[in-house]
Amino acid sequence: MNRSMIDLWVGIFVAAGFAGLLFLALKVGNLASFSTADTYQVNAKFANIGGLKERGPVKSAGVVVGRVASIRFDGETYEAIVNMNLEAKFQFPRDTTAKILTSGILGEQYVGLEAGGDGVMLKNGDRLRLTQSAVVLENLISQFLFSKAAEPPAKEPAK
Amino acid sequence: MLIGALRARMERLGGTVTSAVWRLGFASRFLFYLCLHSGTALRRFRLTIAQIYFAGVLSLVIILVSGLFVGMVLALQGYETLQRFGASESLGVLVALSLVRELGPVVAGLLFASRAGSAITAEIGLMKATEQISAMEMMAVDPIARVVAPRFWGGVISMPLLAALFSAAGIFGGYLVGVQLIGVDAGAFWSQMQAAVDWNHDIMNGVIKSVVFGVAVTWIAVFEGYDAPPTAEGVSRATTRTVVTSSLAILALDFVLTALMFTGGNH
Repeated sequence: MNRSMIDLWVGIFVAAGFAGLLFLALKVGNLASFSTADTYQVNAKFANIGGLKERGPVKSAGVVVGRVASIRFDGETYEAIVNMNLEAKFQFPRDTTAKILTSGILGEQYVGLEAGGDGVMLKNGDRLRLTQSAVVLENLISQFLFSKAAEPPAKEPAK
Repeated sequence: MLIGALRARMERLGGTVTSAVWRLGFASRFLFYLCLHSGTALRRFRLTIAQIYFAGVLSLVIILVSGLFVGMVLALQGYETLQRFGASESLGVLVALSLVRELGPVVAGLLFASRAGSAITAEIGLMKATEQISAMEMMAVDPIARVVAPRFWGGVISMPLLAALFSAAGIFGGYLVGVQLIGVDAGAFWSQMQAAVDWNHDIMNGVIKSVVFGVAVTWIAVFEGYDAPPTAEGVSRATTRTVVTSSLAILALDFVLTALMFTGGNH
């Protein structure tokens, strides 16, 4: 093996090593979306998004129809604005409901879409008006406790 | 009679300890001398490049294939456990964190020790046995600067790159099995991984580990080779010792480094 071949292979090796490191680094940063399908973007406001993350799935009837593009905080209404990229082949009516749901008990959170009955379809940049926030377990427990406390105590058996 | 036997035993124990400490001291002085005389290896970088070729490029196949399979097995085993808790989307986190933090540096280090470390020891030991080292000294060429230092730096440079490639191949293997074969959601696989893996805390600590392992393995390999008795048996023993000692060193250092890096509890 002559010198230039060795140099070539070492060059490839070092470049591959740094490419591997770059690949690992991109795991941390934002990996460019690798979905090349045609999409349109809609957004929705939620009072609480729970543990929803960017690039999380958007599902309708349990089937993935899009991805969460970005999540922002609206400083005026103190709500979260979730932008979603939906695949162009799936058209939804304008009065579609967006809910933040959880898959399983410990599973990740996703946006669930429930189609409405409107004849007009969603266009790029539209806003979903009907939303339902994530269920926060602590709120649920405190609601339960308060409703329990509000109930009249069970009658003591007569002595 | 009894006292004599006891005395002989004590002497043996003392001799073992003394020679171990003596060897450690010799190895430390060797490393110090090696660093002092690395000027040639770094100035005439071509010598080091040839060693990167032997230690790094030729280890590439075993590193990539092992990484791929380790990642695929991690994905299979991880999915088996995670899906019981309905958390199979966290598969990416499991695969990436275990590879980047632990398995990447450690398994790549072990493979590097047995693939490249043993070769370095055998080569230097055989050079000594065939009196090539003495011949260099006769020609006023410093064998440490000409033979040992390029091998040392070649190994130290190759090891972090190999560990990074191991982790990358492993994550790709985990993706193949987890997403393509089992059908975990691809977006959740990558996005949860990205959310959980931190550049400084996880990836850089893995790189630091692999650099430390690279120094340890190559140091042991060049020292054992240079210190080997110039016989066929001596070289073979030195090669075995390289693999055993550097594997143990990697595991022990890994524990120490992990204890230093990951017990802050501030993640």
